[in-house]
Amino acid sequence: MDAMAIVSIFVLAVFVGFEVVSKVSSTLHTPLMSGANAIHGVILVGAIIVADHSETTLELGLSVAAIILATINMIGGFVVTDRMLEMFKGNKKGADK
Amino acid sequence: MNRTMYDLIGLAAGVCFILALKGLSHPKTARRGNLIGALGATIATLVVFAYNAPLNNLGWIIGAIAVGSLIGVPAARRVQMTQMPQLVALFNGVGGGAAALVAIVEYLALGDGASTAVVIFTVFTVVVGCVSFSGSIITFLKLQELMTTRPVVFPGGRFVIAATLAAVFGVSGWVVIELGTTPLLVLAALSLLFGVLFVLPVGGADVPIVISLLNAFTGLTVAASGYVLDSTLLIIAGTLVGASGTILTRLMADAMGRSLFGTLFGAFTAKPQDASSAGEERPVRSGSPDDVAILLNYARRVVIVPGFGLAVAQAQHTVRELADLMISKGIDVAYGIHPVAGRMPGHMNVLLAEANVPYDQLAEMDEVNPTFGQTDVAIVIGANDVVNPAAQTTPGCPIYGMPILEVSNAANVIFLKRSMRPGFAGIENELLYDPKTMLLFGDAKASLTKVVSALKAL
Repeated sequence: MDAMAIVSIFVLAVFVGFEVVSKVSSTLHTPLMSGANAIHGVILVGAIIVADHSETTLELGLSVAAIILATINMIGGFVVTDRMLEMFKGNKKGADK
Repeated sequence: MNRTMYDLIGLAAGVCFILALKGLSHPKTARRGNLIGALGATIATLVVFAYNAPLNNLGWIIGAIAVGSLIGVPAARRVQMTQMPQLVALFNGVGGGAAALVAIVEYLALGDGASTAVVIFTVFTVVVGCVSFSGSIITFLKLQELMTTRPVVFPGGRFVIAATLAAVFGVSGWVVIELGTTPLLVLAALSLLFGVLFVLPVGGADVPIVISLLNAFTGLTVAASGYVLDSTLLIIAGTLVGASGTILTRLMADAMGRSLFGTLFGAFTAKPQDASSAGEERPVRSGSPDDVAILLNYARRVVIVPGFGLAVAQAQHTVRELADLMISKGIDVAYGIHPVAGRMPGHMNVLLAEANVPYDQLAEMDEVNPTFGQTDVAIVIGANDVVNPAAQTTPGCPIYGMPILEVSNAANVIFLKRSMRPGFAGIENELLYDPKTMLLFGDAKASLTKVVSALKAL
């Protein structure tokens, strides 16, 4: 990919990132942090790619470790965020009563 | 699958992540947002399998994903609400570690033809990934109270940190020019050390801000990996997390009335605390559950201020019972929620939501502070730093400048505490010795249960 396209993607993504979270109430800071945390677990994709390319035992060993860590980050992150948010749902029911 | 298809599906996953962050910013759509994020991640993972099929080392890859799931899912399911923050810290750390490992493998596989830009991005990922990993481990240890929660400062600390940082830059340059495995490992070790040194001086109460900052760091490493691995999706996802994480860090710092700089380097500039008062035996007024019940029974307005002690004792249901009982007696009850009560912003909201406390009873700090003058009783349950007047009166103390709940303006203050031990930030609270303060010692849940039955009997 040419450098200019990458820089464009990067700059636009920065603005989108700034924009989507700029007015969030402090109640949601923790789940939002946790959700964003889960999203960067997508490094799993990168870990799979390097595992695919691995030729030596060392490379494969490191890639496998990377896959394990990335999976913990991604799956664990989404599950824990869901658990936090589950409680907010209970909250709304309480208010409706 | 051809490259265009692969890129298009990757783009769809990137859009999922944008929608996820957008959804997570509003209470009503938050849960759906998280699910959309999970969907995006699943799509991204599956499409990599499809595009690169047949994958080499497929057995190893599937096995590793299975192991990761077997560790991550139970950890996320079983964690107590009180331990949520440190789990997030840990997840963030392993994410940073994964990014660093990916970069190391990439580096080992780099041929002579690698462009300087690729080498620079690879080195960047190794450095920041390692910092994020070791820094997150330290925040985990602090939150789990496996190590001291106070700022750790040693003589010449800031010079050691500056020297380590300079070494990291120096060795990075060396690695970029020389392309050797040994310098890269030295660099990784130095970066790990820097992560430790960088988080050690941060005081307990400021740890959530640091977790958020490290979260943004990890996002940036993912974006850099995306450049190296030629994956648009990783660039988009990583940049989104990096940008939103930076904003979030600033919002959190604002909510706590801290500058980011003060959070990270405050321990070095703070004046030493006057330790003489801490050791002295000073009189406090402690009461019985009956005394508390009587005080509450004749109150017209009561504000409940929950803190980490409430979370530890799992007393959220009992506190709701008490609040309902008071409301049935015609007492005006509100919960005063400090944005950073507990261990993380929003911690108390999550906890009280679990006990089905109605939204409208939860009052944010700016809302509740002006009302303390008309409040008869403020009940502080397992909170300390967020009501400590030292934040307003003692320049140089670690929490100075943090906005607090001004419970000292209420006619009576009741503290439910386990002991006289100071709060997470490790600072003495003058309010405990105030004549209008009454202390009820014991586990928050046990104390509240006794107060509820005493109040019922009146």
